[in-house]
Amino acid sequence: MDQQIIYLDNAATTKVDEKVVKAMLPYFSEKYGNASSMHNFGRLAREAVDNSRKIIAKSLNANEEEIYFTSGGTESNNLALKGLFLANKSSGKNHIITTKIEHDCILQTCRWLEKQGAKITYIDVDKHGLVNPLDITKAITPNTLVVSIIQGNNEIGTLQDTAEIGRICKSKGVYFHIDACQSFTKSFIDVEKQNLDLVTINAHKIHGPKGVGALYVRKGVNIQAIQNGGGHEHGLRSGTENVPGIAGFGKAVEIADKKQLKNIEKLRDYLIKNILKIPRTRLNGASKERLCNNVNISFRDIEGEAIASHLENYGIIVSTGSACASHTLKKSHVLRAIGLNDLEINSSIRISLSKFTTKKEIDKLIRVLPSIVNTLRTMSPVANNQINRKGGKMTKIKDKFTEFAGSFKNEGEFEEELEEEGLDPEEVENKHFEEEN
Amino acid sequence: MENAQYEKKVMKRFFNPKYAGEIKNPSAVGQVGNAACGDIMRVFIKVEADKKTKKEKIKDIKFKTMGCVAAIASSDAVCEIAKGKTISDAKKITKKDILKKVGKLPQIKHHCSILGEEALLKAIENYELRTKLHKA
Ligand SMILES: Cc1ncc(COP(=O)(O)O)c(C=O)c1O
Ligand code: FES
Repeated sequence: MDQQIIYLDNAATTKVDEKVVKAMLPYFSEKYGNASSMHNFGRLAREAVDNSRKIIAKSLNANEEEIYFTSGGTESNNLALKGLFLANKSSGKNHIITTKIEHDCILQTCRWLEKQGAKITYIDVDKHGLVNPLDITKAITPNTLVVSIIQGNNEIGTLQDTAEIGRICKSKGVYFHIDACQSFTKSFIDVEKQNLDLVTINAHKIHGPKGVGALYVRKGVNIQAIQNGGGHEHGLRSGTENVPGIAGFGKAVEIADKKQLKNIEKLRDYLIKNILKIPRTRLNGASKERLCNNVNISFRDIEGEAIASHLENYGIIVSTGSACASHTLKKSHVLRAIGLNDLEINSSIRISLSKFTTKKEIDKLIRVLPSIVNTLRTMSPVANNQINRKGGKMTKIKDKFTEFAGSFKNEGEFEEELEEEGLDPEEVENKHFEEEN
Repeated sequence: MENAQYEKKVMKRFFNPKYAGEIKNPSAVGQVGNAACGDIMRVFIKVEADKKTKKEKIKDIKFKTMGCVAAIASSDAVCEIAKGKTISDAKKITKKDILKKVGKLPQIKHHCSILGEEALLKAIENYELRTKLHKA
């Protein structure tokens, strides 16, 4: 590769830290014993696993025996919901509350559980992606088993009020599970203070290896294994432990530095401020309750894959929520849940930072982005290039009306948009027809 | 930088489309939406009768597209194929011709090249409707 890569897709996965690699290496071909073996050689592996367990437990304010290693976030989420459902089925507790903005591994697990007889409530979020804790209170029934919520959203970065939802769950006597894959080591997680019963975490989002994760399960929670085998991890997760991976996971947590978070957050805000200077952009997700490394922006009238491809040409790697870029041409359910229309969804890109991101890298992005957006807008049939030239609000509105009237946007959405701009839809419409006739 | 999804030829066209833009006083415009992903393409054509043969030809053609790499590159390819063709020949342009021109696209992006075919047909349809009305 002849170009320096600027990697800004850290919500997808992160670079493994050198220190983590170093911590993993001995467990491949030196101390390669099986952590379950009785002999001394196995004990070396066992020590590594236990050491990581200790580090991770401490970071969550949990006990070591409450940490179960898995193959990652997907497995932990599957184990949490399926394990709870199967263990509590006979007691009639078959109702699960979750949200419309979960990661696919939660949503797909819920769909599967529905086929097994579970009742699932998918809670709406507001336009910032926030769950109203009152909605959770209202949704809880005598049959509710668990409330499962993504703490930091992987697409729009919105952070939920975990403490408040935890308080509600505790008072109602239902289990509380959070998917903390994006928020672990970035946001405050304390199983006691936030009344968490189960927590999903993984290593590859925090500069650890891929294919390793853990599920915290509070002692006393009634859960059962979903895979049968040799009874590893206190019987909850059979399978020979991924010792190098677990050693790396522990190291990644150990070196996660709270001080770096402030820097990442500063860079994030600097980036958001500068991108929003480009006309007709909007930040998706909450501005305050937000993961320190997430930026998600819609660029009116242009498509995300096209933006991302132009950026990639400069060596800048980002991702998009556009249907065009998904394997199934499916639009992001998260962006839909916060009320974006189809064109706005397709025009979104996600930029996610890490501790390795530098100001210089962000400055390069800020430098190249406006002309990319401009290039694509000049070739967009929905963009209104007259705004810049004439600047008049009416011109802009008239054009918008002509563009969208009828097929591409329903009228309600259009009216909402006008109202957001502080204009009266009826007046605009009258004016538009006056001008036309 | 290489792109994992598209071959060089496609990317080259995407970065430098020759036919992006619009025609000031077009003979007709055609616009279609991509049913699969919701994106949009618009084609502008300028039709003139050939001085010798008197046949109507696409003298000039431009596009505007909101869409992915494949959609923008395909739009440009359609324009390149259609330019200079008679109306009746332009009607015969298919998705296959476009794919051949634009380069290899992943299967999931083939619908973006249909967008080009449909937008052009729509423009021609509109042109014919216009001239018919004009004559009537
Ligand atoms: C919020 C969230 N949950 C779950 C997962 C799945 O984790 P894994 O890739 O370790 O299976 C991810 C990441 O892909 C995620 O961001
Ligand atoms: S335009 Fe959406 S996939 Fe090509």
